[in-house]
Amino acid sequence: MSGLSISRRGLLAGASALGASAALTACGAKTGSDTSSGTAAKADTSGSTVKVGLLNSLSGTMAISEVTVHNSLLLAIKEINASGGVLGKKLKAVSQDGASDWPTFAEKAETLITDDKVVATFGCWTSASRKAVKPVFERYKSLLFYPVQYEGLEESPYIFYIGATTNQQIVPALDYLKKQGLTRLYLVGSDYVFPRTANKIIKAYAKANGMTVVGEDYAPLGSTEFSTIVNKVKDSGADAVFNTLNGDSNVAFFKEYKSSGLTAKSMPVLSVSIAEEEVKSIGTQYLEDQLTAWNYYETTPGAANTKFVKAYQAEYGKDKPTSDPMEAAYISLYLWKEMVEKAGSFDVAKVKAASDGIELAAPEGKVTVDGASQHVYKTARIGKVGADGLIEEVWNSGKPIKPDPYLKSYSWASGLS
Amino acid sequence: MTVILNQTFTGISIGAVLLLIALGLTLTFGQMGVINMAHGEFIMAGAYTTYVLQKSISSAGVSLLVALPLAFLVAGSLGALLEWLLIKRLYTRPLDTLLVTWGVSLMLQQLARDIFGAPNVQTHAPDLLTGNISVGGGITLANNRLFILGLALLCVLGLTLVLRMTPLGRRIRAVVQNRDLAEVSGIATERVDRTTFFIGSGLAGVAGVALTLVGPIGPTMGTNYIVDAFLVVVVGGIGQLKGSVITAFVLGVLQAVLEYSTTISVAKVVVLVAIVAFLQWRPQGLYTLRTRSLA
Repeated sequence: MSGLSISRRGLLAGASALGASAALTACGAKTGSDTSSGTAAKADTSGSTVKVGLLNSLSGTMAISEVTVHNSLLLAIKEINASGGVLGKKLKAVSQDGASDWPTFAEKAETLITDDKVVATFGCWTSASRKAVKPVFERYKSLLFYPVQYEGLEESPYIFYIGATTNQQIVPALDYLKKQGLTRLYLVGSDYVFPRTANKIIKAYAKANGMTVVGEDYAPLGSTEFSTIVNKVKDSGADAVFNTLNGDSNVAFFKEYKSSGLTAKSMPVLSVSIAEEEVKSIGTQYLEDQLTAWNYYETTPGAANTKFVKAYQAEYGKDKPTSDPMEAAYISLYLWKEMVEKAGSFDVAKVKAASDGIELAAPEGKVTVDGASQHVYKTARIGKVGADGLIEEVWNSGKPIKPDPYLKSYSWASGLS
Repeated sequence: MTVILNQTFTGISIGAVLLLIALGLTLTFGQMGVINMAHGEFIMAGAYTTYVLQKSISSAGVSLLVALPLAFLVAGSLGALLEWLLIKRLYTRPLDTLLVTWGVSLMLQQLARDIFGAPNVQTHAPDLLTGNISVGGGITLANNRLFILGLALLCVLGLTLVLRMTPLGRRIRAVVQNRDLAEVSGIATERVDRTTFFIGSGLAGVAGVALTLVGPIGPTMGTNYIVDAFLVVVVGGIGQLKGSVITAFVLGVLQAVLEYSTTISVAKVVVLVAIVAFLQWRPQGLYTLRTRSLA
């Protein structure tokens, strides 16, 4: 071949490479975070329906938990539409799959806001996904309702945190353990932001309350090999394990726990990410009598809960359990509806201004929105896994706890944020 | 001292799991140089077989025992089907096989999601296998891990016997050593390939049944194990059974020892670095076939 044809081939290759890299950089720049001066996203409120975005992992390691949250959101939308919609407009759900991949969450959040022009988004589960989408919602001034318990130390003008913050879940759980005399703790968690932050808080509490942390171990998300960690836990002489593992890891951990001879009586495990759905996936054989810390259980008494469980099971199957994040997702839509109707508009600034003091007789008990922190007053409940796979409450905090994401009201937490 | 012994047993059990998942791959990767990225999904098929069986058989012990051969057949048939439909057309194109089998693995994961749902499912382990044996001095051996160790060794033994003593085994070894000469000698290599794939995938299915005792059972469970399986096969020497056996246990013990003194992430990194270093020094793996061919 002559030199000319080789150079033409080279030219073509070079040009296409240049074009491809230019296109890729342009795509990359779109999702880069520039939270300084973003123009507010123009949500589409013309017409008889408005779109709401649902952003959950429908595949990947977190699907085990997030698919049920997605189902609850769809149920709430169906019920709200059946009773007339919001401000006379019906809601249309637009679902995007975050696929348990945090950059995908950010990308899909942007799609929902800019392409689908949703009026509000409901979803996320892991703190990593929430942290990935936070700059997107702040940049476009669009609202996210986050339904899962998390590690606190965060506030965003464009996120409403419907799940518990640390002083509504972790701190009451530590109070309970202290009261039971279980003062030597081993901390086991998945290696990402929530367990790391939660364990910092636990260590600060322990120091101030005379409890000891005898060990701390992290496993990568999705890890399924726990023999070493369980061996260490067994050797440590701990009274209880505080478990912040998430996803598939919990299954492997509890199977290993049981086969090592540890029991809920000899060394109870208190988990903050195991709800009724996870009990079903792991099996009561491995979880019986173990402890959980949430604000809602399927067994929580009350007419609102009976109605919710009945509606969910009628829609998705009689054997389907309901859990705390599912309930928080369900009420997040109703809370947003109340805010919009109080504000008389879908406009984000007006909705935020109307949010403080909104109350709901929720399946978990009375919840009230705290407009200043954009969190919600919630009752803390400690539960025990029963032989039937349901979680029974063994203690609750009496009345709803005021959310304190930065733990400002706790002197021992002053070094934390 | 107890700690060291307990961790050694942990290492051996990690090694046994690695061995089970890599055994089938030693055959398929070694036999035909086929990079089967769907191997993890055959493991998943075996695990789901246990789940489905438990719905009809109430006794956990019986269902586990029945699941072992059944999973072998189910996963093996899936493997043979894959070979017949796709892989046999791509023998001279290893990179294409990699892509094709990766695509098949994604399809199988979604199929599992559609049939069984996205969340994990639970199986009930027989009570005998949920306890442990105390051999004194604080050393406890978990029953499920002992079962997996026994199963892995049994599979290795069975495979060795098949390869060494049966006519099929002789044919398989002939095709591995020199495909052209085997064909010329009258061996139906296509049929041998399909049978090898059947056996290799069947072993993955058996691994899946064993893994229901220690891990989650869900559509993505295969992805947790596939990389480790390939590591064992490559380091052990492609197609070499004893290489895989030794590598699996060495890697398992190394992982366990490092995990105890550091963290799981650091241990994984060090193990991977060690593997890379070993392959730099000896790229053909631990054991290789010594042939007179120039290839």
